[in-house]
Amino acid sequence: MRVQEKTINALVVVGLMALPLIAFVNDEPFTITLATRAVILAIAAVGLNVILGIGGLVSFGHALFFGIGGYSMGILAHHAQTYTALDLGFLTTDGTKLMPVIWLVAMAVSAIVAYVIGLLILRTSGVYFIMITLAFAQMFYYFSISWAKYGGEDGLSIYVRNDFPGLNTLIPIQFYAICFIILCIVLFLYARLQASPYGLALNANRQTETRVETVGLNSMKLKLVAFVISGAITGLAGALFADLNRFVSPTMFSWQLSGELIVLIIIGGVGRLMGPVIGACVFITLEHFLGGLTDFWHIFLGLILLCIVLFARGGVVGVLTGKEGAHV
Amino acid sequence: MSLLSVENLTASYGSSQALFGVDLSMAEGEVTALMGRNGMGKSTTVKAICRLIRSSGRLNLDGKDLHKLPSYKVARLGVGLVPEGRRCFADLTVRENLIAAARSGEWTLDTVSTLFPRLEERNRQRATSLSGGEQQMLAIGRALMTNPRLLILDEATEGLAPIIRQEIWSAIQRLKKETGMTILLIDKSLSELSAVSDKAVILERGATVWSGAMPALTPEISEKYLGV
Repeated sequence: MRVQEKTINALVVVGLMALPLIAFVNDEPFTITLATRAVILAIAAVGLNVILGIGGLVSFGHALFFGIGGYSMGILAHHAQTYTALDLGFLTTDGTKLMPVIWLVAMAVSAIVAYVIGLLILRTSGVYFIMITLAFAQMFYYFSISWAKYGGEDGLSIYVRNDFPGLNTLIPIQFYAICFIILCIVLFLYARLQASPYGLALNANRQTETRVETVGLNSMKLKLVAFVISGAITGLAGALFADLNRFVSPTMFSWQLSGELIVLIIIGGVGRLMGPVIGACVFITLEHFLGGLTDFWHIFLGLILLCIVLFARGGVVGVLTGKEGAHV
Repeated sequence: MSLLSVENLTASYGSSQALFGVDLSMAEGEVTALMGRNGMGKSTTVKAICRLIRSSGRLNLDGKDLHKLPSYKVARLGVGLVPEGRRCFADLTVRENLIAAARSGEWTLDTVSTLFPRLEERNRQRATSLSGGEQQMLAIGRALMTNPRLLILDEATEGLAPIIRQEIWSAIQRLKKETGMTILLIDKSLSELSAVSDKAVILERGATVWSGAMPALTPEISEKYLGV
């Protein structure tokens, strides 16, 4: 039976609203935390989907932005909670515990780093692009390990979850609501971006850069804007993830995380609006249930991934809709 | 003053030289046929004008040196290319193909639909699902959406059914008569080119060997350089 993609999208949103509410009623905070984790990973993967799904660029270093978002939160909250000054050279601040400010900083820093790195790496393509994105993420990974001031290899613990005006973020359902609303906003922006003239041009650029240039579009600029948007969204997810765990560590920069973000998109469906969300839900579900059975649960994930790549290139959404490509 | 001025244009693919001295001059509103046998450098000349390959010599559009510009800036300056083999954006619909290329000007979705009503009917279809003729119309429409001052059509009717070819030629005639657009045409059909072009330029072995008004292109010259 084939299902309309809009129906799938609506069901996913309803599911993400209903499941935590049911868990809340049944007093299962752990389930809410799992759902929060899935939603945050989905936000990061939606960010990656901008450059990978629409732009066709396989970034194997998106953990870089996830980590930058995480450390932005960690550093600002650390200084605010320890009442120590954060000296940036041009500015001295006491840090902040206010989530919206932290998110803005996380997105801004991620966007700036994405812009600077993008100017360099977007001149490459194919396997070189994959390798250079990985290289940059690894540079930040090793830097964070040696950054003793903020915990080095041990990471940095944040004692209390940051504040959001009017909400108690320590209550799991309230923090989940924040993350879910952010996911909805990000998905809305993704959908608007994909259908906009810029999104169409970026899609066209994925297909043929030369032809895009002959209609007056700057291929490099198209990719750079997408990379910056993508980095900012993933950075925001990193800040939320760090707040969820109240902990940041170099693993947020790890290549395994970059790989996982790609896996989420492939499972759900590359370039699909809800592909990353479905992928994140499947991933977290497998991690939870199979992880309880065996430490080697990644083997099953690998098998699922293998089946999707070999038999269902459109991912879960592709299988359900009967349409392999995202742009059909 | 010429809109497009090409003098002693040379170009190479790696170590293999393809153009040895192309001269071409187009005034505003003029339709020029770029002719020659296969492999004589017509498409390479177009690629050089659009800055898709490295070239040297004089290459000016409205007094601006195109050699100093990347290809997207040449397009923004007003060079609209309908490439050989059409090459629409396959994963986009007809409407999306046109929107992706749109720049402000008199050519809009509505005016393109007026020129090619078939495209209006196929608005929501993906480019790959169109027939060859419809893809060609889309390629022309996409180039028009950039609101060019100079439209280049490289083998626009190649491989199409006669009835579709006629439709494309009619559209080119309308472009000439109703908009006064400057057009550079490459095609194998001498009769159709003669009917629509004001001027002809013939290339042989990567160099201009003849140029002049279309009526001056005698059967002897066609026989000598074009083999027809």
